[in-house]
Amino acid sequence: MKAAHYWHCFVGIQTREWLRFWQQRTRFASALVRPLLWLVVFAAGFRAVLGISIIPPYQTYITYETYIAPGLCGMIILFNSMQGALSMVYDRELGSMRVLLMSPLPRPFLLVTKLLAMGVVSVGQVYVFLLLALLVDVEPPLWGYLAVLPALVLTSLMLGALGLLIATWIKQLENFAGVMNFVIFPMFFMSSALYPLWRMNEASPWLYWICQFNPFTHAVEAIRFSLYLEWNPMAFGITAGVTIVFALLATAGFRPQRTKILGTKPA
Amino acid sequence: MLTSGRFHALLGPNGAGKSTLFGLLTRLLALQQGELLLAGQSLKKQPSEAMRQIGVVFQQNALDLDLTVRQNLLYHAALHGLSRKEARTRGDRELARFELLERANEPVRKLNGGHRRRVEIARALLHEPSLLLLDEPTVGLDVASRRALNDHVRTLCDEAGLTVLWATHLIEEVRQEDRVLILHQGQLLADGSGQAICEAEGTRDLAETFHTLTGAG
Repeated sequence: MKAAHYWHCFVGIQTREWLRFWQQRTRFASALVRPLLWLVVFAAGFRAVLGISIIPPYQTYITYETYIAPGLCGMIILFNSMQGALSMVYDRELGSMRVLLMSPLPRPFLLVTKLLAMGVVSVGQVYVFLLLALLVDVEPPLWGYLAVLPALVLTSLMLGALGLLIATWIKQLENFAGVMNFVIFPMFFMSSALYPLWRMNEASPWLYWICQFNPFTHAVEAIRFSLYLEWNPMAFGITAGVTIVFALLATAGFRPQRTKILGTKPA
Repeated sequence: MLTSGRFHALLGPNGAGKSTLFGLLTRLLALQQGELLLAGQSLKKQPSEAMRQIGVVFQQNALDLDLTVRQNLLYHAALHGLSRKEARTRGDRELARFELLERANEPVRKLNGGHRRRVEIARALLHEPSLLLLDEPTVGLDVASRRALNDHVRTLCDEAGLTVLWATHLIEEVRQEDRVLILHQGQLLADGSGQAICEAEGTRDLAETFHTLTGAG
């Protein structure tokens, strides 16, 4: 297999993801309602309760909306990645995984390309969200929009790989509700998405440490810092490291027969 | 062993192991023992070379219903590493052969069951495999479409020298001159031309042979 084959395959998978996105664009638009509710309603209510002091990367006092915007970017990616990865594994109806796996190219390449393609679509949604966030005065520096791109892509890869890993290894979590309760909500709430971690430390040191060990915290921080044009090597390093580990485990553990790709008919 | 350029009917009642065999042939299931060779390439050791030799039509629909016929074909071609230009040429050629070229820009959802199946076969042939696997491809089709599809694949076999493995539990899709493999509960009960099998079992026709061997009708 030559490099050109890989390239054509890569482009093909990306194109298909965008075509599907375009077909289902109303669904994607409605997926933006959730983070916007958090940003507009939840944040307005909590602004009074939770004062934010000056912490890096911010150089001045900020509104609560400004604080949670990067966390909500992470949330969009979190929901999309989990939903996408689950549909990859439990997609029995369309058999699209079968078609993907009939490719003669190596499976790890196919899976990572697929995760990346899904990630690119969520990144597009994040940008739409950030544009709408301007309406509630979340105004990062202009270059921040560009600087945040690598962090967004990395986050979507990390969470996509995690989703694939979960879907492959834990059979009980077949439905999305299970993943919501046991993965998405704990990851989101036990992170720096909604509150700075020093506040968590004041409330409960052990919760603080759980948050520190949550890779989503570091993904959110990588997004937050780069959006405000600050470099946070630790957040990036941890997110990248965890991405590699998750991707290796997910592709190594991916066995379609475990995950019933053959369909419901008894074989 | 399959004979190249010939139509093989894999006959077995539901639950005989046909889908499992297809799973193994397409690497969706892992072989626990033994080895599968495709055009001399081991599926285990050289999966990439072996996979290039096979085109598959699955039992359940595996097309993107919301994408157009052509988009579905281009996607499959890309997965096989074909350039967009090449994919378009080959896709149009296959569609023309299946008399579907004028519908290339319609979403698959608008096509009837028989046409969808034809698109799937066209797709399976895009990367020019030497072996075409079809897992009960006529499920859900009416009698006329079933016959048309069966005839069509036979033509491909004759004209393009394609080796075909057609799994079915419908005896009327099999002809006396076909190479027939009868599978039951994971065991290969018969292998030979329809004629030879009938003679060996002392039966009048394939339906009776099938019934005698598997206890099914």
